[in-house]
Amino acid sequence: MECDKIIKVTGLTKRFGNFTAVDHITFDVRKGEIFGFLGANGAGKTTAMKILCGLSLPTEGSGTVDGYDIRTQQELIKRNIGYMSQKFSLYPDLKVWENIRLFGGIYGLGFKEIKQRTAEMLQSLGMEDLRNEPVGSLPLGWKQKLAFSIAMVHKPPLVFLDEPTGGVDPETRRMFWEMIYRAVGEGTTVFVTTHYMDEAEYCDRVSIMVDGVIADLDAPDALKDKYGVPDMDSVFRTVAARRPAGKEAAGA
Amino acid sequence: MREFRSFVTKEFRHIFRDRRTVLIVLIMPVVQIVLFGFAISTEINNARVDIVGDLSDPSVRRIVTRIDNNGYLNIGKVYKNTADIDGRFRKGKADVAVCFENEFDDKLNSLGTASIRIIGDGSDPNSAQMIVNYVTGVINDEQGDIDVAWSGTGPSGSSTPAVKYMYNPGMLSSYNFVPGVMGLILMLICSMMTAVSIVKEKETGTMELLLVSPLKPVWIIVSKMIPYFTLSAVNLATILLLSRFVMHVPLRGSLLLLVFISLTFIVASLAIGLLISVISSTQKTALLISGMGLTMPTMIFSGIIFPCESMPSILQYVSDIIPAKWYIIMMKKIMIEGVGFGYMVKEYIILLAMTAFLLFVSTRLFKNRL
Repeated sequence: MECDKIIKVTGLTKRFGNFTAVDHITFDVRKGEIFGFLGANGAGKTTAMKILCGLSLPTEGSGTVDGYDIRTQQELIKRNIGYMSQKFSLYPDLKVWENIRLFGGIYGLGFKEIKQRTAEMLQSLGMEDLRNEPVGSLPLGWKQKLAFSIAMVHKPPLVFLDEPTGGVDPETRRMFWEMIYRAVGEGTTVFVTTHYMDEAEYCDRVSIMVDGVIADLDAPDALKDKYGVPDMDSVFRTVAARRPAGKEAAGA
Repeated sequence: MREFRSFVTKEFRHIFRDRRTVLIVLIMPVVQIVLFGFAISTEINNARVDIVGDLSDPSVRRIVTRIDNNGYLNIGKVYKNTADIDGRFRKGKADVAVCFENEFDDKLNSLGTASIRIIGDGSDPNSAQMIVNYVTGVINDEQGDIDVAWSGTGPSGSSTPAVKYMYNPGMLSSYNFVPGVMGLILMLICSMMTAVSIVKEKETGTMELLLVSPLKPVWIIVSKMIPYFTLSAVNLATILLLSRFVMHVPLRGSLLLLVFISLTFIVASLAIGLLISVISSTQKTALLISGMGLTMPTMIFSGIIFPCESMPSILQYVSDIIPAKWYIIMMKKIMIEGVGFGYMVKEYIILLAMTAFLLFVSTRLFKNRL
């Protein structure tokens, strides 16, 4: 057992009828790193992520997340990860503290623990005054930061962020990434998907999925060297352009 | 358990934070009962009867007086020409016309027979039939008296049936619609509200968050259902109180049995709501499906407005798959006839089977669609 690998999958495959969404992917994520999971829309990112989060079972292949088997220990996986989705997903009609209370409860925290976490969280977000505001009335940037904190309410060792900064202004995105770095500094592993290539630069390692397979995986700088291009944007386009001819039609 | 409790709390918060929903959910039964009770009445009151004939004729006068004395009938206008009837009907001034033959009394006395013709405005068949029945009844009474007068006091050869409606002597339509409205309201609140609240989570993306949480899908479903189950129980109580003390509909059978069967029906409705939430992806769709696909068939096929017995057999089969129909039948039996469980075993088994089926299918589909 390799202790420094928090996610480890081998030959992971997911088929829906004739369509292979994820095609024998093999990779691992090290403990404490920011792992960027890139790919165009429809490349199979979401499907792969669903398997890793314990939402769906792979057709083939095996793997572990935080030491738990993705086939047999889905419940334990769910309990030990945090998740934040691309769509803003807190309850807009509930107050800030009620949202925290709800997710604290869902993740099995006790009443006292929740109270304490709420205070901590609001303080570090600088949102003490907004405690009793309905979440729906907050600006999007605040909501996203709150959503991230709530995804971490039970202090999971691993957090999945599915396009967390979609539709957010650059300044808020920068602040959001500061929060991510802070979480990593406290030992959390971050698994993040994004379409912003400048964000890909912030990751320790990135994988680029094309048509269900991982086309490349390495540190951003190593990838830039490999393809001889100045930024991740070019790397992404170069890699994505190499899609196998046979799959072109299916992907379109 | 802790997970479950925080989730149920959240559901209640959703409901009570949205004042309009609370208002609709809690006030709708009251409005419906009052509407059905006072506005949409199928009883006939004050039907206007025109008389075509000669009021100076003693037999005619006797019959007219009888009609006038009847509580449901009022005499409209008296005239001599049948050609005028059409005009009166068109203007909506009369509901029925009773035409007496010329020389009515003379013919009756000399020939022993004289003819009366009853002409009803048939544009609304149901009420026309009821009014004509009333008028016929009055004339039959007169006929009976004539029989007795002519054949002496002794029993004559003819028999007149005395009609009595055992469970609803006053023929009040509230006896029919209160159980009907109960079925409708419970079905509507449970299914529509559950469906919309689940689909809302799908739409806003919060469902995803719940699914990756350790909360088991079954518990998500159950905790979604509990608040609406509670609200429905409140509605049930409201309807029962209103029907008992405002509409004066009796509750002759066991309250316990009524509640027990209602709870079964509520669970069936919740399952339907879940099913709707699985097949619809937006709140609008969910509303439309439950509005058009559920309320309408329930109104039409459950026997609230149209009696199932008089439908073509194909539609009767359709009505058999509406859970509300069986529920309403049982409610009528308990409330109006006051019979025990032994008299509704068949209906209950059908409802229970439907509930089990719906619950099985909907939870199954819900899990598969994650």
